[in-house]
Amino acid sequence: MQKSFMSLAVLLMVFSSTAHALSWRGNVTVQERLFFKDPEDSRQHGNNLSVAAQPEMYHEWADGKQNISFIPFVRLDQGDDERTHADIRELAWSYIARDYEWTVGLSKVYWGVTESQHLVDIINQTDLIEDFDGEEKLGQPMAKLALIRDWGTVDLFVLPGFRERTFSGVKGRPRIIARVEKDLTSYESSQQDKHVDLAARWSHAIGDMDIGLSWFHGTSRDPILSPTQYNGEIVLQPFYQIIDQAGLDMQLTRGSWLWKLEAISLNGNYEKYQRATGGFEYTFYGLAGSAADLGLVTEYLYDSRGELATTPFEDDIMLGFRLTLNDEQSTDALLGVIKDTHDDSYLISLEASRRLGDSLKLSIQASKFLVDGLDQSLKSFAKDDLLQLELGYYF
Amino acid sequence: MKKILLLALLSLFITPSAWALSAEEKGLKIAQKADELDTGWGDQMQTLEMILRNKQGKESSRQIRGRSLEVIGDGDKSMSIFDTPADVKGTAFLSFTHVNKPDDQWLYLPALKRVKRIASKNKSGPFMGSEFAFEDMSSQEVDKYTYKWLRDEKLDGKDVYVIERVPVDKHSGYTRQIVWGDKVIDHPVKVEFYDRKNSLLKTLVFIGYKQYLDKFWRPDQMHMVNHQNGKSTLLKFSDYSFNNGLTDRDFDRNSLKRAR
Repeated sequence: MQKSFMSLAVLLMVFSSTAHALSWRGNVTVQERLFFKDPEDSRQHGNNLSVAAQPEMYHEWADGKQNISFIPFVRLDQGDDERTHADIRELAWSYIARDYEWTVGLSKVYWGVTESQHLVDIINQTDLIEDFDGEEKLGQPMAKLALIRDWGTVDLFVLPGFRERTFSGVKGRPRIIARVEKDLTSYESSQQDKHVDLAARWSHAIGDMDIGLSWFHGTSRDPILSPTQYNGEIVLQPFYQIIDQAGLDMQLTRGSWLWKLEAISLNGNYEKYQRATGGFEYTFYGLAGSAADLGLVTEYLYDSRGELATTPFEDDIMLGFRLTLNDEQSTDALLGVIKDTHDDSYLISLEASRRLGDSLKLSIQASKFLVDGLDQSLKSFAKDDLLQLELGYYF
Repeated sequence: MKKILLLALLSLFITPSAWALSAEEKGLKIAQKADELDTGWGDQMQTLEMILRNKQGKESSRQIRGRSLEVIGDGDKSMSIFDTPADVKGTAFLSFTHVNKPDDQWLYLPALKRVKRIASKNKSGPFMGSEFAFEDMSSQEVDKYTYKWLRDEKLDGKDVYVIERVPVDKHSGYTRQIVWGDKVIDHPVKVEFYDRKNSLLKTLVFIGYKQYLDKFWRPDQMHMVNHQNGKSTLLKFSDYSFNNGLTDRDFDRNSLKRAR
């Protein structure tokens, strides 16, 4: 499938290069990850260099009513063969009419409002090996129809084909200590990764409230991982069940306050649970007479499975400070702490970025895991404290 | 008929102040007239180069495409799409300006494909690191200020009126603004901004007004100088176009996601 998309992409590029209104942009980034402790598994790599490129091609015609976008992505990684990977983030055609829009192809959509985790955002699979914050996504084959009405927008999706979540390889860091073995991947559906999923979402802005209600039926993006013996080692076997998931996301924007809530209810033959994230963001504008803003983010993370949850965030509190300098170089920083309310496990992270000149951007990301408790899912990360430096060239 | 004339005459004596407008009434009248003359443009598109100059004279530039939709009875809708710097290319900003309540604002982040509703309380914050605040860039509605006519005078050989206007919104970064308005075209040629401590913060000068569709005057450039930090920002407008047939649909969250 990837191959045929690739040749289609080449065709499109040839076609588009002869037409007008073709635009290019993209970036090339160099990334160095520094680790400060010996890994839990001696096969895991130490400090690690990698490079990535993501060009974006966009072409529109018919007075902007039709367009094609093409966004390939590739990363070459020094230490982890799994992280050396390529993907087509987007290769989609869109048709825009007065009260509806079609998108057909590989594409990406984003649902949700909260900062600490993204619960309702289910259409695209997470490219977890790219970034363990879960914000990088794989391109998803879809036919999407958006109906635009006075009472909101209804998005209807048919999603043929499933993308497996990416995980760090044997040498990769950070990773869960029993690594995930993708050769063992199994599915509830007999159609395996060919199951056609369906989804719908209604979203609307009513005064100072933005609200979304969503429903999904199909292959869960979040695999159930079970330990198993494989070639003489214990690995995790991913199993993708068929689920129904209902989601709610809402944000109330009032003065300096943003009140946010995301909640999902997942129903499958193997698991049934509810998860929620809610909280607020309050911003102090013009800090101490300067142009800088300081935002305070607090969110509570709930999972009805409690300590049995497959995620580390089952009854946790996230506290974040977002500093935005509002300067020419668009300097900003986000310091976040997630704490388990039952024990003394912390995840501390810092993200900062600043533009250098016109087309370079420097980003720093640091994370530290403090684990002192029962939370096994966090424990395996405890030796993978890292500092990531990234320099990107944008064009 | 005679009766009406009599009544009218009578009323002249009863309310003599109707003839001598107060400075406040005169200021408001001027603002209303300017607003009225600039009504009926429907929709507008333009490109904008923003040149930021720091204290040392070092310059950096950003390209922004803008479009706006006139909304009768409320503030206008507008969308700005950033073309440079390259790392924010494709970022788009959607704003519904309101007269009597806070504006609605959304930001589109292309890397995540995420539409974020943002707080609009931050009126006094800088727009894209420039010397223009968000409130300087948003649509200027009559009801956003109270007015006071100060004097008529000549500025660079032009007949101007000088008006003081005070922002109604308590979150504004200004205590007051002094506006020099060209009497012929009824548009501002210079504005002085006074900060919350009532000291002179910035001066904005409008350069090269041209008339479009035989009616609407738009400047080629706007130059903002910040007297307190020594920085300045020059806005260079080009490719103004009107009546492009834009509708509400071009200013919704779906179109924000498509902004390129």
